[in-house]
Amino acid sequence: MSPRRIALAGPSDVAGWRAAARALASEGVHPHDVVWTVNGDGGDLFAAPVATEAPPLAPSALSVPRAFLDLAEVALLHSDPGRFDLCYRLLLRLAADRTLLGDAADPDVVRAHGLAKAVRRDKHKMTAFVRFREVARDDGAWFVAWFEPEHHIVEATAPFFMRRFAAMRWSILTPERSAHWDGATLAFGEGGRRADAPDSDVLEDAWRTYYASIFNPTRLKVHAMRAEMPRKYWRNLPEASLIRPLIASAAKATADMVAAPAPEPKKGQRMTPIEASPDRGEPSSLQALHDEVDACRACPLWEPATQAVFGEGPPTATVVVVGEQPGDKEDIAGRPFVGPAGALFDKAAREAGLERDKVYVTNAVKHFKFEPRGKFRLHKTPGPTEINACRPWLERELTLLKPQLVVAMGATAARAAFGKPVKVGEHRGRIARRDGAPDVLVTVHPSYLLRLPDEARREEEYRRFVDDLALAANYLAEAA
Amino acid sequence: MDITAKLAILADAAKYDASCASSGTDKRTSAGSKGGPARGLGSTEGAGICHSYAPDGRCISLLKILLTNACAFDCLYCVNRATSNTPRARFTVEEAVTLTLDFYRRNYIEGLFLSSGVIRNADYTMEQVMRVAKSLRLDHGFKGYIHLKTIPDAAPELIAEAGLYADRLSINVELPNETSLKRLAPEKDLRAVRRTMADLRGRIEEAKEPTAAGRARPPRFAPAGQSTQMIVGADASDDRAILTTSANLYGSYRLKRVYFSAFSPIPDASAALPLAAPPLVREHRLYQADWLMRFYGFNVAEITEGGGMLDLSIDPKLAWALRHREQFPLDVARASREQLLRTPGLGKTVVDRILSARRFRMLRVEDLRRMRAPLAKALPFLKLADHTPSITTLESERLIERFVPQPRQMALAL
Repeated sequence: MSPRRIALAGPSDVAGWRAAARALASEGVHPHDVVWTVNGDGGDLFAAPVATEAPPLAPSALSVPRAFLDLAEVALLHSDPGRFDLCYRLLLRLAADRTLLGDAADPDVVRAHGLAKAVRRDKHKMTAFVRFREVARDDGAWFVAWFEPEHHIVEATAPFFMRRFAAMRWSILTPERSAHWDGATLAFGEGGRRADAPDSDVLEDAWRTYYASIFNPTRLKVHAMRAEMPRKYWRNLPEASLIRPLIASAAKATADMVAAPAPEPKKGQRMTPIEASPDRGEPSSLQALHDEVDACRACPLWEPATQAVFGEGPPTATVVVVGEQPGDKEDIAGRPFVGPAGALFDKAAREAGLERDKVYVTNAVKHFKFEPRGKFRLHKTPGPTEINACRPWLERELTLLKPQLVVAMGATAARAAFGKPVKVGEHRGRIARRDGAPDVLVTVHPSYLLRLPDEARREEEYRRFVDDLALAANYLAEAA
Repeated sequence: MDITAKLAILADAAKYDASCASSGTDKRTSAGSKGGPARGLGSTEGAGICHSYAPDGRCISLLKILLTNACAFDCLYCVNRATSNTPRARFTVEEAVTLTLDFYRRNYIEGLFLSSGVIRNADYTMEQVMRVAKSLRLDHGFKGYIHLKTIPDAAPELIAEAGLYADRLSINVELPNETSLKRLAPEKDLRAVRRTMADLRGRIEEAKEPTAAGRARPPRFAPAGQSTQMIVGADASDDRAILTTSANLYGSYRLKRVYFSAFSPIPDASAALPLAAPPLVREHRLYQADWLMRFYGFNVAEITEGGGMLDLSIDPKLAWALRHREQFPLDVARASREQLLRTPGLGKTVVDRILSARRFRMLRVEDLRRMRAPLAKALPFLKLADHTPSITTLESERLIERFVPQPRQMALAL
């Protein structure tokens, strides 16, 4: 059987390849029996071009994964003359085994991905290294660039420039094709010559100044530069003329900096001193205490945290609710009870008739103890040392507030309130009366409720929590 | 002073900031919808673009400049500190805007990275910086990428407005702990820096939250997130301290990136600083460790269990594997994804290829070669259909010698 000659309309004629490949596949033509040529290449002068129109193929007859079509669309733009053959071979193999693309070790699959990767890189480099030069025309400015891509990517890359420079009029000339945008239509034409594009631009001196100034001569890494900006691109980059001189002078520039004696500090030239930012809160003794807490270094928790989170609420509150420590949200906001546990507390307080805006809320420990885990922070329970280190702050807060009742939620708060370890299970729901000190009501911490896996149990515990808070609500009622 | 002279000063003053990312923001185009008229200038399409590379190997993606290099602060490591004799300049808002647009139209840049010395006070400085972004967006319909440096303790309404126009906001912690910062940058307040980062995280998350029905959409806020930078080698902090701080910052403020910048000699430097070649290899190892922590499931303790400083001669994953030889060799046909990711030389891409290909065949050395796995590094740790590493080799004290690059004469590249 004599080879079938397929002449494509151009080197990036993906649609032509697709039509021909479908037709050939439907006839079961073996890849060895196909010769792919590109019109205008003059590759095979003796073969009369065969029309690529083929009898239409029933859609079900040849079904290959979408991923292959996406891959072929890119790989076919490569300059490798074997690309049409490779993609046709893959097409036939995929028709027999749809999973083939998953075999990342298959030589054909590897090669197709290799071609596609090279094309994508070339396209990306085109979006990076095209340099427009402005041409003044009677009807306004036109921006023209000369670029030399390695693969057949002009048509595929031009839409990027259209989306980016839609309001400009521009042309990109390359040896094979040219692309033109007049503000309304994207048109492609024959290739051009370097001389067709302007040889300079009024901004290029400024651009070279920028390039030279942003370069740090003490960290010469020529290899890293060349890996990303290979020399083949240099001849069309206006800044590239600086590369050699910058490298040549880098060592001396560095040595001079290192050897230079430390200069006398400039005198009398300090700028106007920093003006203090205006105070954004009314000072009060609670406010003063707040500022002091933020500077607390009594235990190591301050360092990894953002800020100390102080209590919040009316200074005349008769009920003070004490939680364990700020969580992730509280640490970020700088306010207590704004996270998920705080939201649950708000809900329960509402149901218990405990008016939230009449209650002062704070924590036994003022800094968030956590362990970073990727993009999140895992809560860690504060230990006795940290609770004790923080206890003076809570005591001073309570001294200023003089509440009638302290609601201690959870073991940490209970320990801080009593100054000794307290079992929540044994004390919860009972009011402890103390001489010369506010009463204490121990209950669970709302985050305990959030952690309970069993729904029925969670509901039951929540009810008990609401009942506990109702006891606190009585204090508000009495005060009123 | 003409614009080019100012540019020379204000770009030189900005080059110590390593960040150049222009990726990960929302997608925008200046093409009109359905063939309508164009709207403004520029686009962003997800991936960033590096428009050039300087001989220091760093990409040039954004026009990275200071609005002014005059500064009230006296941070010893900084070329722009108040007591430095460096020449000063200042762009007007209009000059910075025009330069950005002119460069962008010629496809030199993806957008603008604007920072500034602190002048007068935090609010004034932040406002000037913000106004450049505002003018680009509102007066010129600029759709390119904008990264603004946030000034600590600037007024919340200025921060909110900056986030409206910027794709990314950043604020540099500069040094890994408060003691070092106090010594080298006495006016900088680490607590204020962290509060600002916390504030940014709160706003970024709020803007991303799905809008409940009937409620107003929260205003746009820095869709490409926030980042920061730490200087490496200007103080005595070891790598463990640096990585601990960076793990904390990623977890606390959901940073997109923590950049490391090897302290390099600066003109007109303070005598209090090490004026030696920048510790580039150390910086590189820290970036590798950062990668291992973010994408390979390692934590600080595992990476630094060999000591407070990372081994400069081999990468941290290889160093970990050499400390944990009992976990190797791995059978490529059976090993989990997590295990493969911990194998020296195997990156995420290769691991994905292995997981996919091993459903089709018993993998051999040649298959791994074809999948672009670095064989010299990986093979001592892997078992394949046609390869079993020698246990003697794996247990040998001299295994490390295979990986440490032989000293060679420094080649002048080019």
